[in-house]
Amino acid sequence: MSTVAILFAGLNERRVPELTEDRTMASVPFGCRYRLIDFTLSNVVNAGITKVGVLTHYNYQSLMDHLGTGKDWDLARRHGGIKILPPFITAFANRGNTLFASRLEALISARQFISECTEDEVLLCDCDVICNLDLAEMLRAHKESGAVATVAVKRSPVDDLSDVSIVNSDADGRILNVTNYNDNLPGEKDIQIHIMVINRQFLLSQLTEALAHGYTSIAKDVLTRGAATNLFRIFRYEGYCETVRNLAEYYRRNMDLLTGDVQEALFRQKNRPVLTKVQNSAPTVYAANSMVKNSLIADGCVIEGIVENSIIFRGVHVGKNTSVENCILMQDTYVGNNVYMNCVVTDKGVTIRDGRVLSGHESRPFYIEKSTEV
Amino acid sequence: MAKKKETVAMLLAGGQGSRLYLLTERIAKPAVNFGGKYRIIDFPLSNCVNSGIDAVGVLTQYQPLKLNEYIGNGQPWDLDRTYGGATTLPPYQAMNRSEWYKGTANAIYQNLHFIDKFDPDYVVILSGDHIYRMDYSKMVEFHKANKADCTIAVFDVPLEEASRFGIMSSDAEGRITEFAEKPKQPKSTQASMGVYVFSKDKLYSYLIEDEANPESANDFGKNIIPAMLNNGERLFAYRFEGYWKDVGTIQSLWEANMDLLGENPALSLQSAWRIYSRNNARPPQYIGAGGSVKNSVITEGCEIYGTVINSVLSPGVVVGRNAVVRDSVIFDDVTIGDGAEINYTVMDSNTNVGENAVIGKPIGESAGITLVGGWLNIPAGAVIPDDIRFGKTELDAMTEKEETV
Repeated sequence: MSTVAILFAGLNERRVPELTEDRTMASVPFGCRYRLIDFTLSNVVNAGITKVGVLTHYNYQSLMDHLGTGKDWDLARRHGGIKILPPFITAFANRGNTLFASRLEALISARQFISECTEDEVLLCDCDVICNLDLAEMLRAHKESGAVATVAVKRSPVDDLSDVSIVNSDADGRILNVTNYNDNLPGEKDIQIHIMVINRQFLLSQLTEALAHGYTSIAKDVLTRGAATNLFRIFRYEGYCETVRNLAEYYRRNMDLLTGDVQEALFRQKNRPVLTKVQNSAPTVYAANSMVKNSLIADGCVIEGIVENSIIFRGVHVGKNTSVENCILMQDTYVGNNVYMNCVVTDKGVTIRDGRVLSGHESRPFYIEKSTEV
Repeated sequence: MAKKKETVAMLLAGGQGSRLYLLTERIAKPAVNFGGKYRIIDFPLSNCVNSGIDAVGVLTQYQPLKLNEYIGNGQPWDLDRTYGGATTLPPYQAMNRSEWYKGTANAIYQNLHFIDKFDPDYVVILSGDHIYRMDYSKMVEFHKANKADCTIAVFDVPLEEASRFGIMSSDAEGRITEFAEKPKQPKSTQASMGVYVFSKDKLYSYLIEDEANPESANDFGKNIIPAMLNNGERLFAYRFEGYWKDVGTIQSLWEANMDLLGENPALSLQSAWRIYSRNNARPPQYIGAGGSVKNSVITEGCEIYGTVINSVLSPGVVVGRNAVVRDSVIFDDVTIGDGAEINYTVMDSNTNVGENAVIGKPIGESAGITLVGGWLNIPAGAVIPDDIRFGKTELDAMTEKEETV
């Protein structure tokens, strides 16, 4: 069974407008040295898949910068490798020149790419799924069950931020339908984590159908509509798997990385490293008076002050007699001397001048936009 | 088809580095760790690419496996090129001879056909055992301006150390008048850095002549340079001002690592002249709630739950709870157990230090650096004294003794 992966790089930008003003969801910086796409892309590569299409939408310059030739994920290949699939707009009027708004519409725009593939199966993944899961195991389960499509789910309670799709299945794991309807009954549901494997020929036939009938939703128009006649199955994933639905959640997901369990689940899985663009920053220098506790720190930093419970990206400078607590400081943030910061998220290239006192709260972190000065 | 390159660099990376003892048991000296995430060879290779030299022959001989693997296709240094790039040049069998590289000059002589491919005007000869950042293109400009046959980079050393180096005397214009290899009574403090620029034709004629002489040691410092001086060729000294250090001994390797530390470090790697290295994307470094890091350089993949003071840690080092690492240089993937104490030590990669083991002595009380080899399992509670070299033999002796007791 051969598999090609297609990644949705931009669908959920509206969830964190602060971070996605000039980047895709896939290229949102995360966890000191990563972009969100690194987790999905590494999962794909670690499962032995060597051909990956990345469906882009708006503002994908930052994503292209990050991916480059795909070399850092071992995807600079003569055959396969990484292919950016830019948004499909034609030069001709009256051809429906609108950008896609759903996964199904995105796939329709990539019909050409999918039909030219020779692989048996297509793996469809969102790029904002933070997990390190063994996709090879999912592909194996898909093959053994003989299913037409296998949908990864995680069993969890439906919280109030329910921008979620719930997969209902029978006792054998055969999908009955997919809804985004929350019946508010207590207990856990199987929630889609937006990773699925689907037979390529079947997918192509569905895309033709969708084009003919104006279908827009995989959940409703493919899975629910076809559940009676086709074998669709769920694949339950039990491990750490989270996404980012707003800035506070972005903040929490970063802070999760400070716990041993999450570090273990994401970063210490044997043979499944999380790969990212290598930038050759120099190692981080800790001054004699630095004091760092419970923090994750990238290379290329100079730490002269106090850093506690924080996520520090590459090339950050923390000045003398400065205290950085519960913060996320993105690449090349410069923090001067005698500064106090608590629950602050700085985007890339922010400068915090000497003596500033800044504080947010974990429920509402104080976000400072890219390349600004305080 | 190849394209002409004005300058080709030949990097001599075949040396064993026997004075690094355990560190070069399995790998050649240029592949030894430095400064956290680097290998010594990253410095000349990065210098080349930052100087605009993109055809580099790397001559390997001693324990080449790791070094060849490390250089690979040259991609980390942007030296994977359609024309040129990095090429490893091991000794080889030819139609009517097959021999190891007999000396530095012979190593280049055996690879003249590699240089020919690029039809260069200048050949830069480098060695793989120094830590420095240098713009070779400026030195080539200096060479051209002087219409020199050979230019040797020199570095001012203290007079008392001068007898360890090749020492140059030069006139007011910088023209070299005298060269003495490791002189007992040095006449100057200008030491050769082992960086040469040759005009290609002169280099060829002297290498061919030298090869024909069975008495010759086939060495640049001992034979080629003196022969050129005797014949009145134009040799110039190019003064280099900046950080330069030979890391051929455990002491000097430790010192060079320590030069990265302090308020105003002698060597800072955080500047624009970037040093590139081959590294896999490891997770960011994590400093635990009970961790403490002072005056140290730490890199990706490290987990610090104990205390690190005045030390340089390579990727993937784990320092356990209440463990203390002081004044030490630790290579990759070393695990230091809870409560262990490491003082004034250089430790090779992949060694596990058991809980509460004590290695070395604090710098004031120590007679010298403790060198601990790689891939060892040091038992819990072990005590390894100061100023020794502790490898597999010593570990076996230690565990045997414990068994008999």
